[in-house]
Amino acid sequence: MRSAADDISETLAGLAIFADLSRPEVERIAHTLEERYFAQDERVLREGLSGSAFYIILDGEAAVIAGGKRVNTLGRGEFFGEISVLLGEAPVADIIAARPLRCLVLPGELLKEFLQTNPRVCYRILVAEARKLANATRRGG
Amino acid sequence: MKHAAISADENAGGMFRKWPFFQRLLSWTKPYAPFEQGTREYERYDWNSLLPEEKACRALMCSMMDGTSYYPSRPEMQRNLEAFAERTGVAVRYGCRWTGTRRDGDRWVLETSDGEYRCQVPIFAVGVAEPWRPQMPGIEDVPHYAETRPAETYAGRRVFIVGKENSGFELATGFLQWAKQIVLASPSPAKLSINTRSLVGVRARYVQPYEDHVLAGGVIVLDASIERVERTGKTFRVHTRKAESAVELVFEVDDVIAATGFTSPIQDLAKLGVATVGRNKLPAQTPFWESASVPGVYFGGTIHQASPGLRKHGLPSNSGGVNGHRYNGRILARHVAKKHFGIDPERPVIARAEIVSYLLHEVTNAPELWHQKSYLARVLVQDPKRGIVDDGIVPLQSFVDSGPADGAAATLEENPAGDIYPVLYTRRGGISAEHALPPHPLHDFRTRDHEKAVVAALEGLLL
Repeated sequence: MRSAADDISETLAGLAIFADLSRPEVERIAHTLEERYFAQDERVLREGLSGSAFYIILDGEAAVIAGGKRVNTLGRGEFFGEISVLLGEAPVADIIAARPLRCLVLPGELLKEFLQTNPRVCYRILVAEARKLANATRRGG
Repeated sequence: MKHAAISADENAGGMFRKWPFFQRLLSWTKPYAPFEQGTREYERYDWNSLLPEEKACRALMCSMMDGTSYYPSRPEMQRNLEAFAERTGVAVRYGCRWTGTRRDGDRWVLETSDGEYRCQVPIFAVGVAEPWRPQMPGIEDVPHYAETRPAETYAGRRVFIVGKENSGFELATGFLQWAKQIVLASPSPAKLSINTRSLVGVRARYVQPYEDHVLAGGVIVLDASIERVERTGKTFRVHTRKAESAVELVFEVDDVIAATGFTSPIQDLAKLGVATVGRNKLPAQTPFWESASVPGVYFGGTIHQASPGLRKHGLPSNSGGVNGHRYNGRILARHVAKKHFGIDPERPVIARAEIVSYLLHEVTNAPELWHQKSYLARVLVQDPKRGIVDDGIVPLQSFVDSGPADGAAATLEENPAGDIYPVLYTRRGGISAEHALPPHPLHDFRTRDHEKAVVAALEGLLL
């Protein structure tokens, strides 16, 4: 159904982690994920609470809050929640909408299948994780 | 609170005056259940009755059913809602259509076919029943689910159904004995309710076409993008493409039906800044069903499905059905009364000695918690002056994110393995924490082990 997810397919096609996919593949993913809207200051991910999900930012800005301090800011095309889902642990930080925020969401228990079904997306995510790790190492050093 | 209710319909009944097309609901009511009709506990077994204060008007659905199925027929559901409105004396101005909205100082002005209404708080409960089609070349030339003809007129025809959700499978089920070939198609695989463990997904009674597909019996369930629909004289040509292989499949069919869902007729609210979300563009809402982008605008009924709550482990609420939003409605009324009109009836105090058994009784029997898992919760609050106050049933997200400094919330959750178990959320000095209790094979949590777990979670807080 070409665009049942309408503009979401268009938006997804423009994000780096979906850059290697064909149009039908993007549409299938747009149908698999659910769109969520968060008002400014609304909590998206909660430190210490189980049962979280994988989020991809379509629009807006999210603040990463750890130990009561803002430690990072995430924007369009970036993602979060995957670490707690992959490790089966509760998130170690809060994520809060710093501005009105639109995300696509995949329930945690579906992430493994999603990554296995979409290896090119999985690779892009892995590259992004490597970049985060390298940046964190540089800051630490 | 002074209030007015208006409806564009000529009588009560809403979408059930027209749908479902094949005249039988997806939501059940069990006339015979472990609890007596009309009790609060019985509501868990009756998904279709509304919740009046008057005892004589409770569990009305049962009295309208003819006993042939525990799924009410469409006319039975319509009669249920009409009887509720009549017997409870709900004052509604029917035949009055909302046509526009504007602000006038601190008031909202609703323009209607009968003139203007002014109010402090508008609540739009306009349903999710307006046919919706995706943007797809040619889709505008095919009928929507809402325009489906009588089933027998599809006899011997090849039918292509766009969409693999309940409405698509409902049509396919109805066509099984008539159509020569049935194709159901959409980009992603069909979700079945027994797999999603929720009402999101194709319900069990519509799975027959899926079995016919699996057994190669004239039904095709296809995961593919639909690129365009072309009319070719008296037939249609539907161009599809599979995601994994990029192979194009073209179908020559006699009928195409867009079972692509419904949206909400929110008129000019989007122009006023009401943000919408999801494929069907429903208004994005806060945990108390207020527009997430325009404060003071509230929503009621099935539109509540766009206020997703915590969605722990991906489990959705049942707010898209009567069995879910009927509880939200009560909470919404209380919230609006308190926030906008300063009306806040005193809540009852609960003795400390009763807290453990009370919470375990609630997670075992409270219909609000069973119908709205990880969405609604029973909340107890530490009040420095009065002691432990029963704050009623509250959206879980609001408790976790902005609840009282000290209190506890009891809810039910379900993990990916399908275990249903109680969870206590505590707030100590404004910090939230969760405490999962063990599941029980009979879902009866009134055991010694559960008592110990509640005591451990609440010690030093409420105990």
